[in-house]
Amino acid sequence: MSIKLKALLKSPWVFHLSTGSCNNCDIEILDCLTPRFDIERFGMVLVGSIRHADVLVCTGSVNRKCIPRIKEIYEQAPKPVIVVAIGECSLSRGMFINSYNCPVPLDKIIPVDVYIPGCPPKPEAIIAGIAKAIEKIKANANKK
Amino acid sequence: MTMIFYFIFFGFFVSVTAGLLISWIDRKVTARLQYRVGPPILQPFTDIVKLLGKELLLPKGASKITFLFSPILGIISIMIVTTLLWLVNIWPQKTFFGDLIVVLYFLVLPSLGIILGGFASRNPLASIGASREMKLVMAYELPFILAVFVPVAKSGLSIKLGEIISYQSAYGAFISNWSGVLSFIVILFCVQAKLGLVPFDMAEAETELAGGALIEYSGPSLAIFKLTKAMMLFVLPYFIVILFLGGFNFNGLAAVRSLLGFVAIIVLIIVIRNTNPRLRVDQALRFFWGPMTILAILALVLAGRGL
Ligand code: SF4
Repeated sequence: MSIKLKALLKSPWVFHLSTGSCNNCDIEILDCLTPRFDIERFGMVLVGSIRHADVLVCTGSVNRKCIPRIKEIYEQAPKPVIVVAIGECSLSRGMFINSYNCPVPLDKIIPVDVYIPGCPPKPEAIIAGIAKAIEKIKANANKK
Repeated sequence: MTMIFYFIFFGFFVSVTAGLLISWIDRKVTARLQYRVGPPILQPFTDIVKLLGKELLLPKGASKITFLFSPILGIISIMIVTTLLWLVNIWPQKTFFGDLIVVLYFLVLPSLGIILGGFASRNPLASIGASREMKLVMAYELPFILAVFVPVAKSGLSIKLGEIISYQSAYGAFISNWSGVLSFIVILFCVQAKLGLVPFDMAEAETELAGGALIEYSGPSLAIFKLTKAMMLFVLPYFIVILFLGGFNFNGLAAVRSLLGFVAIIVLIIVIRNTNPRLRVDQALRFFWGPMTILAILALVLAGRGL
């Protein structure tokens, strides 16, 4: 595994993008920063600008207003970037599946690397999902 | 040739290692104060390596040369300051006339780099951040320079850092009398503002400006800014140690004492950072031009009377 990838996996900086969520998933993400879960142990920090980020965390049902903005944000991120979809809404539109305003799920718009289901997922589930993703990326890199 | 060696070794390697370690201490202590565990010890190093490996993006419409040049301006000036301070500390006799003034000038340049980079990146939030940084520089420079003149006045009006150090090793550190204590307090707050730490982090304000002047920087250029920040975390307390505690002493018990002084300054900075909310920029201006300037003038008067 290259040193670049190793460093990336040890210090993923997270940018949080809400694409029209009910705000509950966002609260659970903020919970990960609290003393009880403390993701800074793994070097994860929440950053305010997409230019600083390595992980793009998306929540919410992707509505029509958001679609161009999601694409733009994804293009603005410095590569390599890992996209994480959190919550039933961004995975499959959840209870908004029949809504006129939510045409497609998130992975039809940008490539998604990690799916974390739940409505909302617990902070434990979010951390476990990201840990699994890191393991997967490591295993893939070792295979090559 | 030896000058280049000093520049690379003292200016870069020593200060980068020390600065990153101190920034780890800062993050760890912050985490412990909030009942968290905090990052592992190599975390700041990992962050820098990761940022160096990322993509470098240029925002549309930004002026390229200024945008890419301003981080380098900051890091080079900080490297020059570190080299000077180490040389002065190790060979107090070998200094040139007015090196204190040179150090003062070069310590402004990192802030100037942030201002230039913020304005060059053509982002409204970055512009606000840069203009706040500009006001902050104007605010703290006055009490900072007044407070720096106290050690100058006490060592018989010499603007050589080497002479300030040798005066202190002959007659005792300046912190041990009243004018020294007052100007030490002033300089501690000014250093807090120079480092851009809470309560004076309005230029970077993660929660309202989303990174402020640095918002458009990514990859290696952001890494250079972070390195500059980390090096300043080492250089500025070191500067205080030289001015008020008589520099680092390398023999026996005195070495332990100067190390303890250095650590105490850093702990003070971290505690101030963790126990205060962010100020507005006008409050910061009032704070520096009001109480801090008055304290600094008082310290200068006391120093003039030999107290
Ligand atoms: S998944 Fe559930 S909790 Fe999350 S945004 Fe959608 S409705 Fe809200």
